[in-house]
Amino acid sequence: MVGVVSYGAYVPRWRLSKELLRRGLKGEKAVAGPDEDSLTMGVAAALDCLKGLDRSSVDALFFASTTSPFKEKGAASMIAAALDLRRDVATADFGGTLRAGTTALKSALDAVKAGSARNVLVVSADCRLAAPGSAFELSLGDGAAALLVGSEGVVAEYVGGFFVADEIYDVWRRDVDLYVQSWEERFIYTQGYLRVLSEAINGLFKKLSVAPSDVGKAAIYAPDARRAVELARAVGMDPAKQLLDPMLDSIGCTGAAHALMLFTASLEEASPGSKMLIASYGNGGDALLFAVKEGVEKLKASRRGVRGHLAVKRPVPDYVTYLRWRGLISLPEPRVPMAVSYPSASAMWRERDRIYPLYASKCKRCGTVQYPVLGPSHRVCVKCKAKDEFEKVRLSDKRGKLFSFSYDFLRGVPIGLVNMEGGGRVFLELTDVDVRELKVGMDVELVFRRLELWRSDGIYGYFWKAAPA
Amino acid sequence: MPGVRDKVAIIGMGCTKFDEHWDKSIWDLVVDACHEAFEDAGVEPKDIKAAWWSSIIGGYLGRSLNYALKLDYIPVSRVENRCASAHDAFINACYAVACGAYDLVLVCGAEKLKDAGIPIPGVVDPAEPYISRVDTRFPPPAAYAQLAVRYFTHYGIPIERGREVLARIAVKNHYNGSLNPKAQFQRAITLEEALKAPIVAWPLGLYDCCGITDGAAAAVITTPEKARQYRDDYVLVKGVGMSCGMYQGEYVDDWSLTSIEENVRASRMAYREAGIENPRKQLDLAIVHDCFTITELVIYEDFGFSARGQAPRDVEAGVYELKGELPVNTDGGLKCFGHPIGASGLRMMYEVYKQLQGKAGRRQVEVKNQLGLTHTLGGTPVDSNTAAVAILGLRGA
Repeated sequence: MVGVVSYGAYVPRWRLSKELLRRGLKGEKAVAGPDEDSLTMGVAAALDCLKGLDRSSVDALFFASTTSPFKEKGAASMIAAALDLRRDVATADFGGTLRAGTTALKSALDAVKAGSARNVLVVSADCRLAAPGSAFELSLGDGAAALLVGSEGVVAEYVGGFFVADEIYDVWRRDVDLYVQSWEERFIYTQGYLRVLSEAINGLFKKLSVAPSDVGKAAIYAPDARRAVELARAVGMDPAKQLLDPMLDSIGCTGAAHALMLFTASLEEASPGSKMLIASYGNGGDALLFAVKEGVEKLKASRRGVRGHLAVKRPVPDYVTYLRWRGLISLPEPRVPMAVSYPSASAMWRERDRIYPLYASKCKRCGTVQYPVLGPSHRVCVKCKAKDEFEKVRLSDKRGKLFSFSYDFLRGVPIGLVNMEGGGRVFLELTDVDVRELKVGMDVELVFRRLELWRSDGIYGYFWKAAPA
Repeated sequence: MPGVRDKVAIIGMGCTKFDEHWDKSIWDLVVDACHEAFEDAGVEPKDIKAAWWSSIIGGYLGRSLNYALKLDYIPVSRVENRCASAHDAFINACYAVACGAYDLVLVCGAEKLKDAGIPIPGVVDPAEPYISRVDTRFPPPAAYAQLAVRYFTHYGIPIERGREVLARIAVKNHYNGSLNPKAQFQRAITLEEALKAPIVAWPLGLYDCCGITDGAAAAVITTPEKARQYRDDYVLVKGVGMSCGMYQGEYVDDWSLTSIEENVRASRMAYREAGIENPRKQLDLAIVHDCFTITELVIYEDFGFSARGQAPRDVEAGVYELKGELPVNTDGGLKCFGHPIGASGLRMMYEVYKQLQGKAGRRQVEVKNQLGLTHTLGGTPVDSNTAAVAILGLRGA
């Protein structure tokens, strides 16, 4: 039996009220914070998915996004590093199309079925940029989902899939474009989304001899709520009963991750025996059918999932803040005469173990856990002075307590010393928190985030920050 | 006997007004401070055999000093050790005199921060240019705010009382500064003003933080034997101490962050050399590194002036005020002088030098033991510090 073994999701806690975009509009959308991108959201969803599981059992990691922070550089490899997966893990970056999420899922299922991998982690995230004032700005949201595909402990068995390729300019972004573009609305829905996804879903039903009414819930990529309802009707389903709410007024359309997030949300509520349809669109259509198995309810307790994340939210204060976070308004860089110091690729590489999985050093002689401050030269124990007698301890999956904190208006970033469970102290930026809520002793967890380094520099730094647990 | 006690004498000192010197270059400030020191000592620039130059961003090479003063080809060492730079330069100059390498040397520290926009030491650190840059960097107020948070939490001090104690330190230093024509800020403030000021990094407000300033200070030092040829009221170096941390605040999860160990080590080193057993009783005054009011509070305890946890009570009792038991920062401190980083340590020595000579005007304290302490602290309690102390005493003390 091949299928989904575990799931996880991530929705940034920042919500942009649509009222800020158009007066009188209801609803909100989830937007990545200033230190988040598709890669960091992907890591968060993957951590949710891997909770309590043996990370060394993951043989492959597929990352699917149309908004990887890199046009050329593997995001999957960095995610694998942050997740502390095995060195001999196969990684692949799926991109280019909004179907990337379901295509990565299909590839994972095929790989497990073929026996080339036991467990494949599929991570999908998107953070698409809409032109200010455009219709896309109302509909696009940010988020991520992660599915662990395997053959043991399956909670949603893969029944089969049907895939269609289609050439059309309906929604696209060229290599030089900042914003998502589209052709006129009637054309893109009637000749693109509705026509092609109907073809894929009908093809699936026919191939598997499944009646539309057999589907318990349908998790369908939805750029627009009304069009998703039309589509469900067109393929013979009852939208009110079978179509999963595409969450366009709470999260938004999350691109390549959308169908996987909806699928995750449906697994959070699923009971064994029901059938789940997952379908995604983008220059073609992917439709996959799953059968929910025993054990699905057990996962719910330990996964934050889409719903857990939806419950925690903070409003983006205003539209200008949103534009600043997306880099659409830029303030002049601070003039710092103390010599500008750019991150060094060779130093990042040398220190990769203590940066990405956040390994601390535990002294074999005296047991002191110490996070290598300024990493490269941590050779001598701070307490007993033993040299080169350390073992590695991963801190990124541990919780901590805030030992002290501060916030200054010059840099505008709260910072704090965090004492980690099991020992060790790390000096971290604090994120996703209102500075007024900071308290000595509060529980924090670690989140992987993009750093605000020098904007003009060619390197994005990534590191862990502390957020309220 | 090892050490520099009574082996080095200060015969002349100079100090510019610390200010926003828009109309002066760093070299103007250097010339003003050094020539005041030359005149005070009664030496000619050509008599100087070697020099030590302390500056963070004001000139990276020793030759910078010769360039300003047109000293003829003498050796100049540039010393940079964060906020402790001037003390470090002074201590090294003392070593050179004490060991007999030179008998008349100049130490000068200067900084021109106001030409540089807003320098944010700590956010970027030129000393560590090749690190990966993922680690949290921060401006100093945020680091010292954490010291305040920990101090108050550790001793169970309600935030209102804690902030008021800190404000009293600011009020004291502003009063002292109001009596000092060389201070940048010469205005006394009220407790209410201090408490109502805008927050810079909670719980530190505007008056808890020192300013960014331009300034220069200098000392001419020689052997005690030679000093007698120049003046009777020369000032002797009684003891020096220095300690560098190892980032223990960030490493060690049982580190309390209520004290700065480097202060403890550097002060004890200097006390030992100077023969001081009870600093609160034996010192006539102390000019310490009040980059933030919380720093001064913790210094009282680190230096053994107050028992652990008792500094707030001593502040409330007025122990460290100008007429108190042990006047601290009689010149107004960093609070009123601002902190031209490479110059501050020598500015402090200038105050002790003048106080010991009885030339401190309206700020004059009683110098019954004829001993004064100076101290600078580079770095932060969160990562680690360089603490440096120099104890000066009047001839014969």
